[in-house]
Amino acid sequence: MALDAGLVGRSYPPSAVYEVGREKIAEFAAALGDPDPVYLDPAAARAAGHPDVIAPPTFAIVLSLGAGNVVVEDPDVAIDYSRVVHGEQRFTHHRPIGAGDRLVATATIDAVRTVAGNDMLTTRVDLATEDGEPVCTTRSMLVARGGA
Amino acid sequence: MSRRLADVEVGAELPEQTSRVTRADLVRYAGASGDFNVIHWNERVAREVGLPDVIAHGMLTAGIAVRAVTRWAGDPGAVVDYQVRFSRPVVVPDDGSGAELTVRGRVAAVGEDGRVRVDLTVTSNGDKVLSLARAVVALS
Repeated sequence: MALDAGLVGRSYPPSAVYEVGREKIAEFAAALGDPDPVYLDPAAARAAGHPDVIAPPTFAIVLSLGAGNVVVEDPDVAIDYSRVVHGEQRFTHHRPIGAGDRLVATATIDAVRTVAGNDMLTTRVDLATEDGEPVCTTRSMLVARGGA
Repeated sequence: MSRRLADVEVGAELPEQTSRVTRADLVRYAGASGDFNVIHWNERVAREVGLPDVIAHGMLTAGIAVRAVTRWAGDPGAVVDYQVRFSRPVVVPDDGSGAELTVRGRVAAVGEDGRVRVDLTVTSNGDKVLSLARAVVALS
């Protein structure tokens, strides 16, 4: 079933506030096998010019996965999640995400396409502080491989 | 210390980065990221959906790959844009040694605004697993 092109531009209510913690950043960096001290040591992060430890460039996936669930749960988005693979991912950082940030995620459907029977859904998630400062924009493209 | 823009030339190669991804790494990444998709830890389900075995999270591969850029740039906070396209799964066998990942990078463009584009080539056992992997770092 092809995705409805009218979905493009559909935006969802903002998420609850996500507070970025030092321990979560350390856990994520460890999972990437990355011991860079700016992820782990507040003093090293400050020496590099950051107010506190910062998160790896792909950390925003933690928030965008959660925020993307509102799209997954939208009954109008007719995509077969049993055949979905992650096609593309992009992060645009307006500034690094850091410990202590209180972030709100807003999901928007950016694009829908059907190519050779494969449905492609691109969701944009805008991450901003609760005061409205833009921090990061993520774009995730999911592909539902066409069935028989 | 951040790398100085004046020291960056188009065509420069980043140090090659090699690492291994094991099943334990997939479990750790699932917990840290919140991505508990079954194909990243359950061999039976992976095979049922037509995969040869359990595969790594695409974002684990992408996260490991960009380490080559953050280390080279000297400050992970310098990465202002990072995009990847997943072309082939990284198959992670349950044999204790897992899958090998090799990351090569090359400076593709240097802008007058201090933005440096690095193109990455990411392979596992010789196969290219990301058909596009491109980071932009802001240097001064």
